[in-house]
Amino acid sequence: MRNVLVATIAGAALLGAMTTEGRAAGPAVELLHRSWSFDGIFGSYDDAAKQRGMQVYMQVCSACHGLEYVAFRTFTELGYDEGEVEAIAEQFFITDGPDEFGDMFERPGLPKDSWPSPFRNEAEAAMIHGKAPPDLSLIAKARPGGPNYLYSLLLGYDEEQGLDLPPGNYWNEYYPGHIIAMPPQLYPDLVVYEDGTEATVEQMAADVTQFLMWTAEPKMEERKQLGIGFMLFCAAMTLIFYAIMRRVWADVKK
Amino acid sequence: MSADTPTPKFTGVLGWIDHRLPVISLGYKELVAYPTPKNLNYFWNFGSLAGIFLVIQIVTGIVLVMHYVPHADYAFASVEHIMRNVNYGWLMRYMHMNGAHMFFVVVYIHIFRGLYYGSYKDPREVLWILGVIILILMMATAFMGYVLPWGQMSFWGATVITNLFSAVPLIGDALVTWMWGGFSVDNPTLQRFFSLHYLFPFVIAAFSFLHLVALHQFGSNNPVGIDITNKDKISFHPYYTTKDLFGLFAILLVYGFLVFFAPNFLGHPDNYIPADPLVTPAHIVPEWYFLPFYAILRSITFDISLFGFTLIDAKLGGVIAMFGSILILFFLPWLDTSKVRSANYRPIYFWAFWLLVVDVIVLTYVGAKPAEGIWPTVGLIATIWYFVHFLVLLPLLGRFERPRPVPDSINKPVLPKASPLGPQTQPAE
Ligand code: HEC
Ligand code: HEM
Repeated sequence: MRNVLVATIAGAALLGAMTTEGRAAGPAVELLHRSWSFDGIFGSYDDAAKQRGMQVYMQVCSACHGLEYVAFRTFTELGYDEGEVEAIAEQFFITDGPDEFGDMFERPGLPKDSWPSPFRNEAEAAMIHGKAPPDLSLIAKARPGGPNYLYSLLLGYDEEQGLDLPPGNYWNEYYPGHIIAMPPQLYPDLVVYEDGTEATVEQMAADVTQFLMWTAEPKMEERKQLGIGFMLFCAAMTLIFYAIMRRVWADVKK
Repeated sequence: MSADTPTPKFTGVLGWIDHRLPVISLGYKELVAYPTPKNLNYFWNFGSLAGIFLVIQIVTGIVLVMHYVPHADYAFASVEHIMRNVNYGWLMRYMHMNGAHMFFVVVYIHIFRGLYYGSYKDPREVLWILGVIILILMMATAFMGYVLPWGQMSFWGATVITNLFSAVPLIGDALVTWMWGGFSVDNPTLQRFFSLHYLFPFVIAAFSFLHLVALHQFGSNNPVGIDITNKDKISFHPYYTTKDLFGLFAILLVYGFLVFFAPNFLGHPDNYIPADPLVTPAHIVPEWYFLPFYAILRSITFDISLFGFTLIDAKLGGVIAMFGSILILFFLPWLDTSKVRSANYRPIYFWAFWLLVVDVIVLTYVGAKPAEGIWPTVGLIATIWYFVHFLVLLPLLGRFERPRPVPDSINKPVLPKASPLGPQTQPAE
């Protein structure tokens, strides 16, 4: 039994070594932390925040960032009904084709389409903005710190420090290297929230982060729900087999 | 049921089949009646656990392949398709991803168990060698699997590791071009890695079978490390079947925690960025299970010269050290000259073993650090110790260490307090 203990400690030390440092390649600065509704084993998305975040995304971020892997049809999970989803999709133009004359054409978006990039390709995006704005479908999982990083990044601009930078460059406390090609995006009351929430900068940053966490991990709630069932099942089976094992082993002479 | 229970005569349909194809009596003999030492502790659970994780990898892998597209232009998107649009695709993907982590955790514990109790010694040398082959195949499989989602770490990990082979004298560059199927890691590389990633697990399964055949030839070693007779053995079923099932569900709790609550905890965020040959990540870090070997690779930063001639440059030196650190395990049964198996009766080896454990943890830590500051030095010292342990310490210990008296039966240990951790003579509770 003591061996088991020693091994557990050694294993834990090993795990510690690889998780804390193996992934510490992120920004050296301490990120802003927020307690997110989706944190923890029982955490789930805040539906109202997701919808507000989607509104911010639509009105602000979508001018530069696409969501290649996120189909409009999945917006029913944000709480929109099918009519609303169609109405959202219709606001975008999608290149389709070729038609019977061999030509490509533009048509309004359909629920099956995913959120298009506003640029024809990366080169055009880079030409316009100095650096191509990345697709944001997975961004919440693709940066160390995840949601806290997104939140920090959106709030991390400092105009004073950025004064001497060449045009098209901005100073951001949390971006690795601090010099980012994305201009500051959020100003108080930039959007008028449909649900009447006051649109402070922090509020908008938190909401759009909630939305982007959902685009990165749309199955999280389903996953955690199944997980709780699985853990309970395994815990019960562990106990049952422990009891059975003890019974079976009772007749073995030491 | 005692270990001497004879195989029963099967009757009816079973008997008819067994008479013509004796797999039923074989299965009975090897999995039900199979005589097993009665004093095995929980470290003996990890072999069957490894087998189960192999099965989990194969099953989830085959389902993933039904939706995965092995092409540089589609691989990343197809994995996202699995995650978003395939029913329970996210489950299959996260099970496979974390299953690989668990597989290595379990196998590493299994290996260190063997090191502690001297399970590689006569007559189990071939059993051990088969195990080392499985380890190497697993590493190759996991390395190639990690390339398949075609994220940034996939691409750059593959680039760094395949580039190592360019250190081979004379044919290095040609070898690398041949492995890539081109002049850089690209679609041909992805496709061949996919092909081999599908193949290797079945080769592992075949070697696992041989591993079991070799195991059953002499039976399991045990914590006391002495050869025992059938009177100290019990049948595998129901004793070890129940114990293994208990262990299985306990480990599934750990696995389940990762899959359902922290699926990306052990992964690298960069692998959620599609592969881009033009953008090199700030730190290219392999998966944790490769870190000790990666640290050994990077620890050789100097050329080895003789009279001003460079015999082995730093790169080749690193590659030799890295592959050497694994290949050395093949020779372990002969490097360790002590006749006593269990570390419980070897006062010096006991500490050497734990020092090796610490050494490997240090190497893991160094492997995750950027090669700056004190880390290369720490890495070099840990690397040297790794080799000293196997090449110097083990051969010498067999000659100079005075083992404690070994009991002649697992029922009566000669000394009640035989080891710093107490004698391992009780059957596991
Ligand atoms: C005017 C165009 C523009 C708008 C609008 C815009 N961005 Fe960006 N964004 C960029 C550019 C350009 C980059 C690349 C910056 C770089 O890497 O230097 C970028 C990068 C990012 C990154 C990645 C940073 C990293 O770590 O690499 C995130 C996250 C991001 N934007 C979020 C947002 C969010 C959220 C919004 C909406 C609130 C938004 N962006 C609106 C242009 C824009
Ligand atoms: C020894 C057993 C195996 C190990 C250790 C292993 C390991 C891995 C690893 C580490 C990945 C990368 C996961 C990720 O980061 O996304 C992966 C991906 C993959 N593996 Fe395996 N694997 C094994 C068996 C198999 C088998 C038998 C198959 C198919 C029959 C398979 C099919 C796949 C596929 C399609 C992917 C890409 C999808 C993805 O990345 O999630 N694997 N494997």
